[in-house]
Amino acid sequence: MASRQRGATDPAGDREILSAGDVARTVARMAHQIIEKTALDAPSAPDVVLMGIPSRGAPLARRLAAKIAEFSGRTVHEGTLDITLYRDDLRRGPTRPLETTKLPEGGIDDKLVVLVDDVLFSGRTIRAALDALRDHGRPRAVQLAVLVDRGHRELPIRADYVGKNLPTSKTEDVVVMLDEFDGRDGVVLK
Amino acid sequence: MKHLLSTDGLDRDQAIAILDTADRLKQALLGREVRKLPTLRGRTVITMFYENSTRTRVSFEIAGKWMSADVINVSSSGSSVSKGESLRDTALTLQAAGADCVIVRHPASGAAHRLAGWLKHTGTSVVNAGDGMHEHPTQALLDAATLRDRLGGLDGRRIAIVGDVLHSRVARSNVHLLTTLGAEVTLVAPPTLLPTGVENWPVTVSHEIDSELPGQDAVMLLRVQAERMTGGFFPSSREYSIAYGLNERRLKLLPDHAVVLHPGPMLRGMEIASVVADSPRAAITEQVRNGVHVRMAVLYHLLAHEEENA
Repeated sequence: MASRQRGATDPAGDREILSAGDVARTVARMAHQIIEKTALDAPSAPDVVLMGIPSRGAPLARRLAAKIAEFSGRTVHEGTLDITLYRDDLRRGPTRPLETTKLPEGGIDDKLVVLVDDVLFSGRTIRAALDALRDHGRPRAVQLAVLVDRGHRELPIRADYVGKNLPTSKTEDVVVMLDEFDGRDGVVLK
Repeated sequence: MKHLLSTDGLDRDQAIAILDTADRLKQALLGREVRKLPTLRGRTVITMFYENSTRTRVSFEIAGKWMSADVINVSSSGSSVSKGESLRDTALTLQAAGADCVIVRHPASGAAHRLAGWLKHTGTSVVNAGDGMHEHPTQALLDAATLRDRLGGLDGRRIAIVGDVLHSRVARSNVHLLTTLGAEVTLVAPPTLLPTGVENWPVTVSHEIDSELPGQDAVMLLRVQAERMTGGFFPSSREYSIAYGLNERRLKLLPDHAVVLHPGPMLRGMEIASVVADSPRAAITEQVRNGVHVRMAVLYHLLAHEEENA
């Protein structure tokens, strides 16, 4: 697997976009960007919390929190925010199972909340997440961090932190794999 | 899933999916100031109660409202039912008026099934909120949710259901659901309060409570349903209470971890002593709290997906 070349297309037509090493470097870079943009290492730093959107946003938020702690020495609390109950397409498919919602220690009131997800596509998940957040409290501000931005937005939403901008066609599938779910890290375009 | 009419026929995966949804809903609402989810916005839920009820009707109404459905309550008195309208015509009227879901309680066993048959070719879902002496599936689901919370799971757990099994839709629904979820159920009742054919149920039957209690993880008490009794099923309330009531002495026969459930309404001093009902071993108020989350989960599974015209 490690010998596989980046960008190479395998016989199934899958193209590797990020290797495991790339994912780790990307997460580290995003952690640095969050520290910088929120001025987390300044004495008057705001209270930053990370909220991962299940399923793969949740482990990404945990990894970012760990990296931020490592680089800045500041502990940022993280939680998970399930958005299923806020989706606008529930009546367009079979019943969706609900995922975990767990607010970070200390809640989200007056905090700078960074939403974390794996792929930014139509923007509808993020709209749902903003609605869900509003029911849980009143953050001071909300930002968005995504590992991959694949374009094709259907709503006026953009990310504050992007791991990888990936131009795609609508028929392609971006698959983010994380060790916690898939046994390995990587991003593949199918 | 289009209707929830019974726990008989509900498979393990479906039951666990509903219980997991209920857990997640509980978690999502925990500590929130605004207990309102937008999930069922614009859907209309009508409760149709032909029998008295406090907790079931209220908890369905709260469940619907917390998910932003419009909830309308119809009772037999105060509606055209008191003028002689049939169940079928009332149901078709409510469906035509725009009900996405009809929740029905009726004194006749099988009423909810008939209703689902009449509404077959419509998009309206039916939930059985208790039909005569047949089933009360959401009660069984909330009992299972409470037991899962308290015991950590149901596989291999031993649960005794004590009392008026004959007249109890709660007992029937629980026997099906709890055994589907892997529990071993023992029915404890005098022979006069057991239904014919009980030997074919997947349960153990006993007429003697004291010897059964030491091995149980939970005891579920049933109300003695005087309103459904036409003959003499036992000599006197006092005798029933002495023979089958869960009193302080019997509570001590249970293992320390065992949970006491009662679907309500309770007759204190009859099937359950007041000290037992108020003890920390009793999960009776938790049952009511879980009832709201379980009913939210049921509405979610029935209404929050593409339409099925099955």
